[in-house]
Amino acid sequence: MTNQVSRRSFLSGSAVLGCSLAASPLLTPVSFAAAPWDTRLVVIILRGGMDALDVVQPYGDPGFAKARTTLNYGTGRKTRDLDGFFALHPALAPLMPLWRREELGFIHAVSTPYRDKRSHFDGQDLLEAGTVSLGGGTRDGWLNRLLQHLPGTEARTAFALGRGDIRVLDGAAPVSDWSPEANIVMSPQAERLAGMIMQDDPLFHAAFNEALDLSRDDSAEVIAENAALAEEGTMDMMAMPSGKRGKQHKQIAAYAAEQLRGDTRIASFSINGWDTHSRQQVGLTDALGRLSDTILTIRDGVGARVWEKTAIVAMTEFGRTVRENGTKGTDHGTGGAMLMAGGAIRGGRVAGRWPGLDEADLYDRRDLMPTGDVRASAAWILAGLTGVDRAVLERSVFPDLDMGDDPGLLR
Amino acid sequence: MSFSPELAEIRFGCGLSPVVNAPQSAQDVLDQLTAPDLMQQRFPIETFAQFRERSIRFTGLNKQLRKSDDPDNEPELRNAMREERRMARRDSLAWMVNSVLRWTWTGQGFHERLVWFWADHFSAQGKAGILKHANATYIEEAIRPLTTGRFSEMLTTVVTHPVMLHYLDQSTSVGPGSEVAKKNKRLKGLNENLAREVLELHTLGIDGPYDQSDVRQLAELFTGMSQTPGAGFRFKSRWAEPGSETVLGKTYGGGKPSMDPVYEVLGDLALHPVTAQHLCWKLAVHFVADDPDPALIQHMTARYLGSDGDLMQVYAAMLEHPASWQEPLRNVKPPFAFVASACRGLAVRPETLQKTAIRNLLRNFMTPLEVMGQTWLSPGGPDGWPEEDYAWINPQGLAMRMRWSMVAPENLQPQLPDPRGFPDQLLGRFSTPEIRFAANAAESRAEGIGLTLMSPAFQRR
Repeated sequence: MTNQVSRRSFLSGSAVLGCSLAASPLLTPVSFAAAPWDTRLVVIILRGGMDALDVVQPYGDPGFAKARTTLNYGTGRKTRDLDGFFALHPALAPLMPLWRREELGFIHAVSTPYRDKRSHFDGQDLLEAGTVSLGGGTRDGWLNRLLQHLPGTEARTAFALGRGDIRVLDGAAPVSDWSPEANIVMSPQAERLAGMIMQDDPLFHAAFNEALDLSRDDSAEVIAENAALAEEGTMDMMAMPSGKRGKQHKQIAAYAAEQLRGDTRIASFSINGWDTHSRQQVGLTDALGRLSDTILTIRDGVGARVWEKTAIVAMTEFGRTVRENGTKGTDHGTGGAMLMAGGAIRGGRVAGRWPGLDEADLYDRRDLMPTGDVRASAAWILAGLTGVDRAVLERSVFPDLDMGDDPGLLR
Repeated sequence: MSFSPELAEIRFGCGLSPVVNAPQSAQDVLDQLTAPDLMQQRFPIETFAQFRERSIRFTGLNKQLRKSDDPDNEPELRNAMREERRMARRDSLAWMVNSVLRWTWTGQGFHERLVWFWADHFSAQGKAGILKHANATYIEEAIRPLTTGRFSEMLTTVVTHPVMLHYLDQSTSVGPGSEVAKKNKRLKGLNENLAREVLELHTLGIDGPYDQSDVRQLAELFTGMSQTPGAGFRFKSRWAEPGSETVLGKTYGGGKPSMDPVYEVLGDLALHPVTAQHLCWKLAVHFVADDPDPALIQHMTARYLGSDGDLMQVYAAMLEHPASWQEPLRNVKPPFAFVASACRGLAVRPETLQKTAIRNLLRNFMTPLEVMGQTWLSPGGPDGWPEEDYAWINPQGLAMRMRWSMVAPENLQPQLPDPRGFPDQLLGRFSTPEIRFAANAAESRAEGIGLTLMSPAFQRR
């Protein structure tokens, strides 16, 4: 066995593999120079339709208590009061210190241009495509189109993390895809043998070495756990990922933070579990717990210096019905909310124009009326973080968008 | 560069099996297609016509729920809907298992491969409610029985299929001058989605000789095509745009609204030389290499046009051309093909998979496929899965394949084969000294099997 693969030397001479490269990545020379812009952006897609009215509760609106007979949890309690009109869901209480430091904010009553059909499938496709409608032949996502307009973009500039496709990052610009669940943990002997089997196939060889490298960037917690298993000589080190959610979100957040501390500028991933048709109190508490864990794990992971220039944006495909249904849940709606966190944002406030909850104020007499396009909020954040032109944002990143006046979302 | 049984089974079939014989000639491969579909009988999957019964029940419950004034009824109705969804989800997992078993046990591997190819070419998915579990039934009904006929028959079947009409929003498309649009201003108007994809993906291809006006005219020609759970496909003449439409310079319709002009335009599109070229290029890319020999594509295209799009003739042209048999192995197997051909190489028993608990089906198939980048029957859009090798062999995809290779075989095959003989059994003459060395030097039986499965020689075809 003379197969000694030097990962680092290999990487410096060759290429990083990303799923979305337009040409064979083996033809593209790579250097790890940092992108010229130095801020950090995390885009979290909340799949399933987050109930904005439960997350940021408008207890100051008389319509709220009427519409939400069980889902109001003693509204406006002092500990979670945000501004005398809105109160925060108890499951986000761990984020209150961020709110007080103005590192957490919300935009209420925003939505994508998606209307009426209320399908998760189309709603998420539209949210990630960043277009006005589907069926125009757009196959890439708005974050990828942003990357195409930024100088110095390379595969490690942006990471799509976790299982499944993160369509918002799909497109011609190179992007790294990684799921910490795929982590390679093998005995040293198996690792050597695998390297030997792959060495004559450049595509496999490059991906294998890069995978080993990415596996080793994992959080200290996971590394310690693996080391312990290896010491015990446990053979079953690479169990199959479970179908359950478990602690996957923390693993992804820790991994994202690790990358963002270095040369990576953008990370995007999903948090699922927002489709709360029944027993919403249980389901939403669970999902918000994961969101809160994720934000705090990123903050702790990137460190104070990087946190200062970080903006986390969490957005969902649509909001939910204003009225509770008969199973203590809510159904698919229209207007929702966007969450922002990080040292780069100007938080401590609930932005957006509040439409009111009287029946005549609702969309279709059932949903929160959207008063802003969630794409415009995202566009202003992109403009502030990367300096990309407004014209590019309104034409290419978000086609046919009118960004309107600057809402001042960043510090 | 000529036929060999092992290459035929690896490149045009589902991989080598320790129990099923490889075809002995190109004619053998073609004969598989005309023989009775044994796997369909042995490992059944519901058709969409059968699935529609579930849809009828489900939408009935949903209607009751919306109309119900009695809040006490609501939990009961929602429970009934949840139960329908649970059953559909459970059964769709059983269909996934049967798809794996078809690959594992078939003596007609080329047919399974063609079903995948055309299902991908005509990607369609249920988007809401219980229909999300109907994808396999669409393939079973609209693709599987039609892979050996004329392309125009498959095109017409698919474009008028309820799942495609639902997926690409045709059911909500209203002719701007239709009877119904004049009476009801709230109806949304024309939806170009299906018409665009028929031109861009299903027939001419994205570089084809059409423009936005052809898309719009074809969309107007398509108005009236609709579907409901109760009736399946329905042509609603009151939704149809009156008058004639011009697509690629030819005028269609003009009389009383009907399906005739739709059949006519689809027939013309199916036989267009650019469609022939596009489809033959796609077949060659899928079966042979990302950059196939232009001579192979020309040879197939000529046969397509000479036979009015008879797909059996096109397959015969592909199999007789020397460029189809070039070595080494080229294309990377996409995740499902990788997993299913591994099950074939391990001769995974039907009883083992059919007895596997849902939790373990998720762990051994559904989740790994998702991490490898190919969520079961759910490509990101109507353009289906990528063909490029590097779309699959990236760090995450490869790492998950390695993990699966090491762990899943033990779960799926209680009697793992001897690793020392496994490389030659799995790979035939494509086995290499390095793979044999690794399988021998591994610390355990499972690692020896895993290393063989993760070899590029097994992952390419």
